[in-house]
Amino acid sequence: MPVLEGLNFTLSAGEALVLRGPNGIGKTTLLRTLAGLQAPSAGEILCDRDALAYAGHADGLKLTLTVAENLTFWAKVFGGGTIETALEAFNLGGLRDRAAGGLSAGQKRRLSLARLTVTGREIWILDEPTVSLDAASVQLFAQAIRAHLAAGGAAIMATHIDLGVEGRLLDLAPFKAKLPEIDADDGGFL
Amino acid sequence: MSIWEYANPKKFLATSERVLPTLWVLSGALIVGGLIWGFFFTPDDYRQGSTVKIIYLHVPAALMAINAWFMMLVASLIWVIRRHHVSALAAKAAAPVGVVMTLIALVTGAIWGQPMWGTWWAWDPRLTSFLVLFLFYLGYIALWEAIDNPDTAADLTSILCLVGSVFAVLSRYAVNFWNQGLHQGASLSLDKEENVADIFAFPLYACMAGFGLLFLVLVLYRTGTEIRVRRMAALIQRERMAADA
Amino acid sequence: MSALLIRDLQLAFRAGGGFGLGLAFFLIVTVMVPFSVGPNSATLSVIAPGVLWLGALLACLLSLDRLLALDWEDGTLDLLATAPLPLEGVLSIKSLAHWLTTGLPLVLAAPLLGVLLNLPTQGFLWITLSLLIGTPALSVIGTFGAALTVGLKRGGLLLSLLVMPLYVPTLIFGAEVARRGAEGMAVETPLLMLAGITLGTIALLPFASAAVLRVNLR
Repeated sequence: MPVLEGLNFTLSAGEALVLRGPNGIGKTTLLRTLAGLQAPSAGEILCDRDALAYAGHADGLKLTLTVAENLTFWAKVFGGGTIETALEAFNLGGLRDRAAGGLSAGQKRRLSLARLTVTGREIWILDEPTVSLDAASVQLFAQAIRAHLAAGGAAIMATHIDLGVEGRLLDLAPFKAKLPEIDADDGGFL
Repeated sequence: MSIWEYANPKKFLATSERVLPTLWVLSGALIVGGLIWGFFFTPDDYRQGSTVKIIYLHVPAALMAINAWFMMLVASLIWVIRRHHVSALAAKAAAPVGVVMTLIALVTGAIWGQPMWGTWWAWDPRLTSFLVLFLFYLGYIALWEAIDNPDTAADLTSILCLVGSVFAVLSRYAVNFWNQGLHQGASLSLDKEENVADIFAFPLYACMAGFGLLFLVLVLYRTGTEIRVRRMAALIQRERMAADA
Repeated sequence: MSALLIRDLQLAFRAGGGFGLGLAFFLIVTVMVPFSVGPNSATLSVIAPGVLWLGALLACLLSLDRLLALDWEDGTLDLLATAPLPLEGVLSIKSLAHWLTTGLPLVLAAPLLGVLLNLPTQGFLWITLSLLIGTPALSVIGTFGAALTVGLKRGGLLLSLLVMPLYVPTLIFGAEVARRGAEGMAVETPLLMLAGITLGTIALLPFASAAVLRVNLR
């Protein structure tokens, strides 16, 4: 069953795109498809797969490793780069040797967003990045996004919070897939 | 006119409904005829007595037990390469039939083995291979049952079927190496001079053809059921989408 | 790649990582055997190679459901799949880490447990060698099973049902090496077959594992 159809957009360097739409419209599906985790059932995505960094609902942290170890691991996986700027940008410097399991939900979220900056990737794909962040942390995150865009990066995210980041809004509601026809003799089951 | 036209669920259903009655009758006639001929109109074997007559159930069931897996392998490959849903559903439909055939082969083998070898079960290579095949069937069916999304299930089970086939062949060789065995050689083969005598062989051929057709009938029938189940699920989901809209 | 291996080893050795559980299980299974078949040392010495192989196999099997499930639950697998590492490589590394933390300790413990089961003297070399060659195959095949069942709740039992038949050839050849070695017979043929299975699975199975994991990640 199709989820979205007729959707078409471009994203250029230095630009942020914010996806809006009611729950269940297909924001997560769209982001996962863009990230290459699933194939689109129709249409195509033109982008450099090696420029993407994805951050989903789950934080992807190892609770028995420290903050610095978690970040260093992803820095190495994505080809080296220091973790200091990332720690600083998300105000995690004081927590660097704390086990990730001892962090609050908001601190974990900050750590998982800090992961994006150590990847060195240009296009960030963010699924509800601000969940469990307090107002101050949201500001930190917005700053990180602005810095990323200023450095020529791009971001596409699903969020309900107004971050105060210059960005286009894309409402997915008009692209909701129409009901599939019954008796279309296309080899499907309807 | 390409064979892939039958990959369309509707075309498949229409065609299989047309041929199923004939196939039912044909397979029933062959099995009943072959069994009656084999049980009552062939002489007893000079060594094995009348116990040999279980061959008319044992050999066809064993044959179809292996061929069912082979059919699942081909159907899985077609799904992986050409993404025809009907193919994946046919593989799913064949598995329970295959497992029953394996079970019949094992049970009739045990019943035959008791008077011949003095034991219901021996860890003979052929017996052991069939037991391992039975386990492969169970795993395959359990994986189909465990996964909700039909496309995910089709993908995972077909890869399991491919990997499992390699390991099933490996197991066959390993088991051969591990124990030489009691089981008599093949009763029928194309390259051997000495087969069972014709008088035993003709009813056996009839039973084998009957079991082959029975397998085909059951798989067509069950695939049709699976298609209807999928169609119903699609209709329900469409209904739900309509309610949301 | 090496970062992933180091991280997996770190996780296994830290508190709650489960390192040593497989080893403890192996010990306990071996200790239970004389209770079930009787203390007769002649009987024990005959069945010792097979019991050690079965114990090692079960210990391996029980540790499989942690192999990918933890990374699945916390979202790490999604991130690894979008990282610049090929998924085949990720899974090979995961198998290697599993072997280093589960298989290798079993290999080292087997001779000690052989003493408990009155394993004949000439059998010690062969049980160790056959496990050393065979257990990597158990980890690689297990990774395939774990990748198949990673998205399922209560996948543990199903995992055993799927993986056990795949373990049959490895078990037959591995236990055959150990048994023949203990009885002082020639072991070359089963040893070569065992090595062949291990090398073949290491070379080919990660592709199947990655394929099923991609399906499960969609």
